[in-house]
Amino acid sequence: MEAAAKLSRQGFAVTIIEREESVGGRLNQWHALFPHRKPANELRLMLINEIAGNVNMVTNAHIEAVERKDDGFSIRINNNRMVTACAVLLTTGFDIFDAEKKEEYGYGIYENVITSVDLEQTFRSGKPVLNAQGKTPARIGFIHCVGSRDEKAGNPHCSKVCCVTAVKQAIEVKELLPSSEVYLFYMDLRMFGRHFEELYKEAQFKYGVQFIRARLSEAFENPDGGLQIRIEDTLLSKPLKMTLDLLVLMTGIQPQKKPGNLTDMLELERDTDGFIRPLETYSPYRTKIPGLFCAGGITGPKTIEETLAEARSVTLEITGYLKNIENYAGQEQFIMEL
Amino acid sequence: MINFGYKIQEDRQIDYDSCERRILEFVRKDEPSVDWCMSCGTCASGCTAAVTSDYSLRKLILLSRRGLDDEISTMVFRCRFCGKCINACPRGVNTRNIVYLMQLAIKNHKS
Repeated sequence: MEAAAKLSRQGFAVTIIEREESVGGRLNQWHALFPHRKPANELRLMLINEIAGNVNMVTNAHIEAVERKDDGFSIRINNNRMVTACAVLLTTGFDIFDAEKKEEYGYGIYENVITSVDLEQTFRSGKPVLNAQGKTPARIGFIHCVGSRDEKAGNPHCSKVCCVTAVKQAIEVKELLPSSEVYLFYMDLRMFGRHFEELYKEAQFKYGVQFIRARLSEAFENPDGGLQIRIEDTLLSKPLKMTLDLLVLMTGIQPQKKPGNLTDMLELERDTDGFIRPLETYSPYRTKIPGLFCAGGITGPKTIEETLAEARSVTLEITGYLKNIENYAGQEQFIMEL
Repeated sequence: MINFGYKIQEDRQIDYDSCERRILEFVRKDEPSVDWCMSCGTCASGCTAAVTSDYSLRKLILLSRRGLDDEISTMVFRCRFCGKCINACPRGVNTRNIVYLMQLAIKNHKS
């Protein structure tokens, strides 16, 4: 949306092709954004406001074929719709790791195991944070790196945003349930971004969130629905067992792997981590297909701030490309299939 | 008792649900900065007592968080109160006071 707004402001005709009913992608799922904890919907509305009236929109779109012709691209969408464009920008984003694949953590088996996405949706709904028995959880644990830094889960990479998301969600839980105990089980805390370290400190200093360096091997359910976890307290080199009322799995970010995804349809090259391999390291927007660009989560895990910066940056690449092609017909094309 | 030549090993697992964190609670009342520790170990890396023994303030704070108060009492009296750890701590934890309060908690408990 940001790139569409910037391109249309420069006078290009832009069409957004959106798979879902409405644009916004993951912003439609999140409650508040780290590290400033501003509402996700605020940013979504800001972006929608930028494109309103200036950009064509095709929603509920499923792309059936993309053809590269001499003068650009011809895209066939379901219901016999056709769109032509001189340039295409792929912003199809990422998938979230399916927590059921880490069966040993019990998601989908034990009722009191939820994911960070589930928790975010609870926050968004405004409903109270309760366990499956309808009780206020007294002790809540967050497990970092679920489906990240895990070769057995097929994702050897770090998903980057889960550490700070866990800290943000831990603070939100403590605000809603001040008397609860909140534990974060981490391998490393990767507070790489501006104000992230401050958020981590705030969680510790102001909210009393406990950080235990450990990686869970397995969770068990007690007869009362509570969860028994056994970890190694790696800084003490001792095994530790404790019960929790609610277990939140910080599910990671992974490349889109579903059959029929655009990356495979366009035969774009993937890197060893499965995300698209851009043509250039320091300008990771061009692909091997001239006129086809990519930005955002399609080239790896990114924060929203980074994605917005990429959207503005890729705009320069696209305008540069369009000015150099002879037969520019005043058509610009966007693909969003989130 | 008959000596069969073997014994049952002691459980070294931390049972978090059943442990009381008496020393931590005592220290926290007067020195809330104990909660600021992020276990980096800078205090222990410059520690005089750590050179000649297994003394580690990083470990002491962790032990208090897990309620392993017995292990604290065997270690905490090795501190010589030189205070280098206060200068070293990147988070401004009042380390020397924590050690003092830990020792006080143990002495109070014994008397």
